[in-house]
Amino acid sequence: MEPVLAIVIGALYAAGIYLMMRRNLVKLVIGLVLLSQAANLLIFTCAGLDSTHAALIPPGAQVPETSYADPLPQALILTAIVIGFGVISFTLALFHKAYQTVGTDDLDQMKSTDT
Amino acid sequence: MMTSTILRTATRYLFPLLMLFSIFLLIRGHDEPGGGFIGGLLAAMSFAMYALAYDVPTARLMLRVDPKYLVGVGLLLAGLAGVFGLVWNAPYMTTYWWHPETGPLAGQHLGTPLIFDIGVYLVVIGVTLMIVFNLAEE
Amino acid sequence: MLWAVVSGFLVAFIAPLVHRLGRRAAGPVLALLPLGLFIFFLSHLPDVAAGEVFRHEALTWSAVLDVTVSFYLDGLSLLFALLITGIGTIIVAYAGTYLEDHPDRGRFYVALLSFMASMLGVVLADNLITLFVFWELTSLTSYILIGFDHEKAESRNSALQALLVTALGGLALLAGFVMLGLIGGSFELTELLNEREAITGHGLYVPMLVLVLLGAFTKSAQFPFHFWLPNAMAAPTPVSAYLHSSTMVKAGVYLLARLSPAVGGTEVWLWTLVIVGGVTMVIGAYLAIQQVYLKRILAYSTISALGVLVFLTGMASAEAETAARYAGTAFGAFLLGHALYKATLFLVAGTITHETDEKDVTKLGGLARAMPMTAFAAALAGLSMAGVPPFFGFIGKELLLEAALQQAAWAWLLTAAAVVTGTLFIIVAGLIAWRPFYGEVRQTPKHPHEAPAIMWVGPALLATLSLLIGILPGYFGTPLTMPATASVLFAGGDEAARTGLLEEHRLALWHGINLALLLSVGILVLGVGLFAAHQHVMAALRPVQWTLRIGPAKWYDIAFKSVIGFAGLQTRVLQSGFLRVYLAITILTMVGLVGYGIFRLDDLPVSLELPAENLWAYAYQNLYVLVTAVMILLGTFGAVHSRSRLAAIASLGVVGFGVALIYVFYGAPDLAMTQFLIETLTVILFVLVFYHLPAFPTVSGKLSRGRDVLIALSAGTVMTTLVLIATSVQVQERISDYFVEQAVPLGEGRNVVNVILVDFRSVDTLGEIVVLAIAGVGVLALLKLRPGRKRA
Repeated sequence: MEPVLAIVIGALYAAGIYLMMRRNLVKLVIGLVLLSQAANLLIFTCAGLDSTHAALIPPGAQVPETSYADPLPQALILTAIVIGFGVISFTLALFHKAYQTVGTDDLDQMKSTDT
Repeated sequence: MMTSTILRTATRYLFPLLMLFSIFLLIRGHDEPGGGFIGGLLAAMSFAMYALAYDVPTARLMLRVDPKYLVGVGLLLAGLAGVFGLVWNAPYMTTYWWHPETGPLAGQHLGTPLIFDIGVYLVVIGVTLMIVFNLAEE
Repeated sequence: MLWAVVSGFLVAFIAPLVHRLGRRAAGPVLALLPLGLFIFFLSHLPDVAAGEVFRHEALTWSAVLDVTVSFYLDGLSLLFALLITGIGTIIVAYAGTYLEDHPDRGRFYVALLSFMASMLGVVLADNLITLFVFWELTSLTSYILIGFDHEKAESRNSALQALLVTALGGLALLAGFVMLGLIGGSFELTELLNEREAITGHGLYVPMLVLVLLGAFTKSAQFPFHFWLPNAMAAPTPVSAYLHSSTMVKAGVYLLARLSPAVGGTEVWLWTLVIVGGVTMVIGAYLAIQQVYLKRILAYSTISALGVLVFLTGMASAEAETAARYAGTAFGAFLLGHALYKATLFLVAGTITHETDEKDVTKLGGLARAMPMTAFAAALAGLSMAGVPPFFGFIGKELLLEAALQQAAWAWLLTAAAVVTGTLFIIVAGLIAWRPFYGEVRQTPKHPHEAPAIMWVGPALLATLSLLIGILPGYFGTPLTMPATASVLFAGGDEAARTGLLEEHRLALWHGINLALLLSVGILVLGVGLFAAHQHVMAALRPVQWTLRIGPAKWYDIAFKSVIGFAGLQTRVLQSGFLRVYLAITILTMVGLVGYGIFRLDDLPVSLELPAENLWAYAYQNLYVLVTAVMILLGTFGAVHSRSRLAAIASLGVVGFGVALIYVFYGAPDLAMTQFLIETLTVILFVLVFYHLPAFPTVSGKLSRGRDVLIALSAGTVMTTLVLIATSVQVQERISDYFVEQAVPLGEGRNVVNVILVDFRSVDTLGEIVVLAIAGVGVLALLKLRPGRKRA
């Protein structure tokens, strides 16, 4: 199923990048979310989709009984998801504040408010 | 905000269950799926639900402490969980386990990773609620 | 030895306090530290003179990288340490009075003492990396010292110039050191010194040498990097006396001398050093006599003296033993002699300017009557510089001539260079030590008086030492300089050669009547004659004055301006202020580079691993994945395409839950749970924030949208290809196998993901929750801080 997921990842990246290049702030944030989904899925897929079993060891055993999915990238992605949430909420707060102060959600108009 | 009676009633009954479940996830996380991140998120969610169903002041009242203190205490716990090793000249974050044989905790294994995970749990709740409450109050 | 270095930094910290309490007494009180260190090092002199070497490994910094903080004391380091602390004592005491009225004296002491400590670190370090750290510290502290009068643009520019030149050299030096350490198999100098064969025979020897020499030459102001030194005269005079006579600029010379037994002995080394040093010494002396400001004359003559030292270090690698030994001996003698008279002359120059407010020698005269003690010190130092017997400078010059004469090749040219330099030195000595003090009395902006005792005692002491060592070279000179000579010539372990040298060679005033003596006499006559006719010489040189203006200082200016210009240009081009332009540039670069990389692969290593014959059966088995993938794709499309915010947010939720399902399918329950929860929270946040916003207006034109679609699609295609390549690679061994095996025995947990998070890689996790906390605090700050409530 790797090729299918590869296409999904490519689509997520393309959509994320396209949205981030829009002038509208909301679209920018949505693009950011899609981009972090894409990155997480990229790491997950590249680590290999060899097994459908989680890296859980049965009670009393020392090692898993079946083959298992690679736990290391999972640990990385887990924190990445949570941090991604932190980033998104920061962006949202920034956006909220900017909209309140400047009164527009158009990035091009915001640019000229600096001066 | 949304004022649906169904949501309010459901929240009131679901809230203790969710909180209990989040603590359960936190504690069993070392052996089964779960852990500080997931438990913390679930706990934060249940408070966020409260804030949506009622309002932010009510949710804040439920939490009793300001979320930013949770962040501070959590970071402190997680950071301190690692210093035990330093006492015995081992690297920072070396873990130590304790296997009580008598008493109410007999048969359990307790260790510094649990302290660390509790720290993570508190930070996640604190940060998430800090964000949700403040954005909702705007 | 660690404390010898560290104490300087410690005292530097409390110096402002001492200054506040002690006021006028602060200088002399703080001078007690270098004095104490001087006595400490002096107590090692008998042992070191007997050939002993002290090594002290203070602490292991990084065992893996072979970096330790270790110190090493032999003849060479001891001579330098004595100069640094001895002259340091006089400078610190002198500076207190010189800068009497300066408001920032406390800060000055901090910089000066830190500088002294760093310099001690350089000459005592045994580990190359430790040495480098101290080396850079001297650059930094001297930056602060040169720019001490930071309110003057000239000071700031000079300081920046010195920093840029020496720091660029420092970068080269670091690279050279790393190469040297790898070639020689160790970063400890003590070990490298015995690895000459392995080092000089290595294929990377020449590149390494070039880098190390760049570092040394920039620091020691060798041609063509000499221009920063005269400009550094913007520093207060005590600083110039210290940095530019005895210490910082000699760090480069020290390094060359120190490394000489390890990397020297080759033709490249010999001739590079001899040519660079020779050119520098002649040009420096030539430029010196053209100056009219006291400090600039001294600065250029210092460049020249540094050239002499580099020249001698090079010749100490000569194949013929006698020639090498003469050069080595001359190195030690010239080093000590120069430090003594140059520090004196700088301090004298400072005193003159302090008392008269005049720095142009042509406007000074007849000061001897008003300032007899200063004149006395100046006279002694001047005679030493001129190389008049029985001053110590004479011995140094004599040995320099002898060393040049002994060379196997081009001896006449090298000797001629030495003769020219010696002659010009006499003129310099006359300009500094004679011109201001004798002849008719000139009017100066300030009426001259003898300086306070503390300002002439030091110089007088140093000048007397020049004479004393000159008269009794066997008692004072030999034990000081010959062990240093031995360190330049031989590796530490070569005991027989060392003792042989120390027994055979002693410094002496009288070598019998030989060619060197005759040349000395000739130089003296010629020099005095030219000094008498100084006006005419200058007039004769006027037609070639333009050569001064095309020097490397000009190149530096041009380079500096073009770097700034280029930075401005690229900022204007790249920093348009439009986010999408930045993104487009970043993404196109990524697509270009990665795409090119993929294109270069001979055959795309992609195995699609789909069972071609029963594709349908395979698809049916994995139907749930396919359905989820389609769901994600639809969600993505919706997020891009929808006109209403709520629809976009809902689509986003579809994507997030789809991704969570993928995690469920492929054995990542923890991820799936996290993703579900985060997705819910994200949607809640979006609804909270976007609730009151207008619908999306279409603001960009068709053309720009088409262009962006193209960029986005190309990036997507590249990513897809990357994933296909990455998943086709067979990984033999996974790091996580270790984690899985050890999860129960070591981590006492059965959920490996969680054990990794809270145990194996818990420091990572700690860092991540800190980031999370920062994001939270950022949100709090953004939302709660209101403009207009700024604290006063």
